[in-house]
Amino acid sequence: MFELLGITPQGLVAQLLVGLINGSFYAMLSLGLAIIFGLLNIINFSHGAQYMLGAFAAWIGATQLGAWIGNPEFSIGYWPALVLSPLLIGASGIVIERTMLRRLYHLDPLYGLLLTFGLALVIEGMFRHWYGISGENYEVPESLTGAFRLEGIGLALPKYRLWVVAASLAVCFASWVFIERTKLGAYLRAGTENPALLQAFGVNVPLLITAAYGYGVALAAFAGVLAAPIFQVSPLMGSNLIIVVFAVVVIGGMGSIMGSIVTGIGLGLIEGLTKVFYAQASDVVVFVIMAIVLLLRPAGLFGRET
Amino acid sequence: MNGRSRAWVVAAVAAGGLLPFQDVIYIVLVMKVLCFALFACAFNLLLGFTGLLSFGHAAFFGSAAYVTGYLCRSLGWPTEAGILAGTLTAAALGFVVGSLAIRRLGIYFAMITLALAQMVYFLAVQLPFTGGEDGIQGIPRGTLFGLIDLKNDTAMYYFVYAVFLCGFAIVYRAVHSPFGQVLKAIRENEPRALSLGYDVARFKLLAFVLSATLAGLAGSTKSLVYQLATLTDVHWHISGEVVLMTLLGGMGTMLGPVVGALTVVGLQNYLSGIGSWSTIATGAIFVVCVLAFRRGIVGELGAAARRLIRTNNG
Repeated sequence: MFELLGITPQGLVAQLLVGLINGSFYAMLSLGLAIIFGLLNIINFSHGAQYMLGAFAAWIGATQLGAWIGNPEFSIGYWPALVLSPLLIGASGIVIERTMLRRLYHLDPLYGLLLTFGLALVIEGMFRHWYGISGENYEVPESLTGAFRLEGIGLALPKYRLWVVAASLAVCFASWVFIERTKLGAYLRAGTENPALLQAFGVNVPLLITAAYGYGVALAAFAGVLAAPIFQVSPLMGSNLIIVVFAVVVIGGMGSIMGSIVTGIGLGLIEGLTKVFYAQASDVVVFVIMAIVLLLRPAGLFGRET
Repeated sequence: MNGRSRAWVVAAVAAGGLLPFQDVIYIVLVMKVLCFALFACAFNLLLGFTGLLSFGHAAFFGSAAYVTGYLCRSLGWPTEAGILAGTLTAAALGFVVGSLAIRRLGIYFAMITLALAQMVYFLAVQLPFTGGEDGIQGIPRGTLFGLIDLKNDTAMYYFVYAVFLCGFAIVYRAVHSPFGQVLKAIRENEPRALSLGYDVARFKLLAFVLSATLAGLAGSTKSLVYQLATLTDVHWHISGEVVLMTLLGGMGTMLGPVVGALTVVGLQNYLSGIGSWSTIATGAIFVVCVLAFRRGIVGELGAAARRLIRTNNG
């Protein structure tokens, strides 16, 4: 049957894996956006720039930092970077929240969108100024080079790509457990519902908001480090991705954590399948689905009508 | 409008008409400012007077530029027909995007318009008639009504100026009409406007289509000024720029978008030689505007003038 359509099963599986990887990135980024939106009520437009920062932090740690501190031998490997980069970028997010976003909470949420849009332009512009738009290579860590071969159907699955899918699923699932099953997560959900009441119970809501923003940004940076060896590390890597993620968020609705994850991965897979059957449409398929969802179920698949 | 302000308007319009008779400012740059000023006025009708933040207005601006460029260059249409077709394309696109986007409010509205505009961008990359990365180059300006040769920059300037004044007058008329009052009511309190019996969705859609149409008119005119329609015109950077022009100039004021367009285009022209600095500056102005300067230039001046009058009277 596959041969009739001019599609090999190997090609199908390969594209599905690509779709699954893109879907994992959509899931991690839209999860971060949903957490931030829940407490801050703003859409973090700089999410894409912070994803890019995460990748750049890893690349700088591996290739540039040694020369900067006068010790060319020194470099930070992939595994430490996977922890350090989200911590660093998350901390920078906390600074942004404390110094800027905090002043906008009493205003229309659109101002938060505009502020973070401006920040995204500044961050991207600076990295374009320093590193150009050509993109830098980031090596796959040695322990994850190579591929699993499935001799039966003549298929090679690169180890690193499988690791990306596994790691992002694990992080998404851990976030879900944390938010839905722990006490701190319960505070987070309560803050989303009614921050004033939560504060009246003696919970430090402003601190909770800062932490939520920092966590969402750290998630974006984590996705950036995971993406670094697959895609080129380039100043523009975030801006094109983030618009697709916005469409994903509109499709899923930001009401539910699991909803964000499922929608993200599902849309990645659909995109992968579109590449197999009708490649020209693969760039726009997410937007078309968004239009259809808006017509049939305006609140989004997992959203609540407000 | 009283006698005094009428005199000011006549003086301002006449001053614009005198601009070709000097050689300090490059006249093509003034035409660019006028196109973007019209674009920003159209955008302000939506953001400033209806309270809807569209992040996808580049789609209307750019698609109109492409259609005008293609018709005038490849099919040899006359200039007026090309502009009309471009503007109508933007109107039709505005109807489709608007119908979808008004199904959600606030932040979702912004994300939907941005996503749909990105789809238009991808279509522009792939469709054969847009010329891909090169865009449509060498669009002939043609002659106006078969009489006036627009290759002459002075003639072209007066044409662009006339288009701008017409567009501005349409926005002014729309804002100062019963229709405009309903839009402001929706901006201030949508549920109340709804409970008063206004068909809010239809008013929003009408405002959206009007805004998209005028944005298209600006895009078509721009494609003739520069004789160029490229992917830059449909890119989300342009959508962001028009937001910035409106915000910086003062949203919800008539002259704000014009001042904003003048400032942003002037700044970009000044910074264009030094790589990414214009992007950085654009972003930084955004941040400053949102944090400290939300009324914009014209809004702040107006507030200062009102304070002054109050002190003098009291």
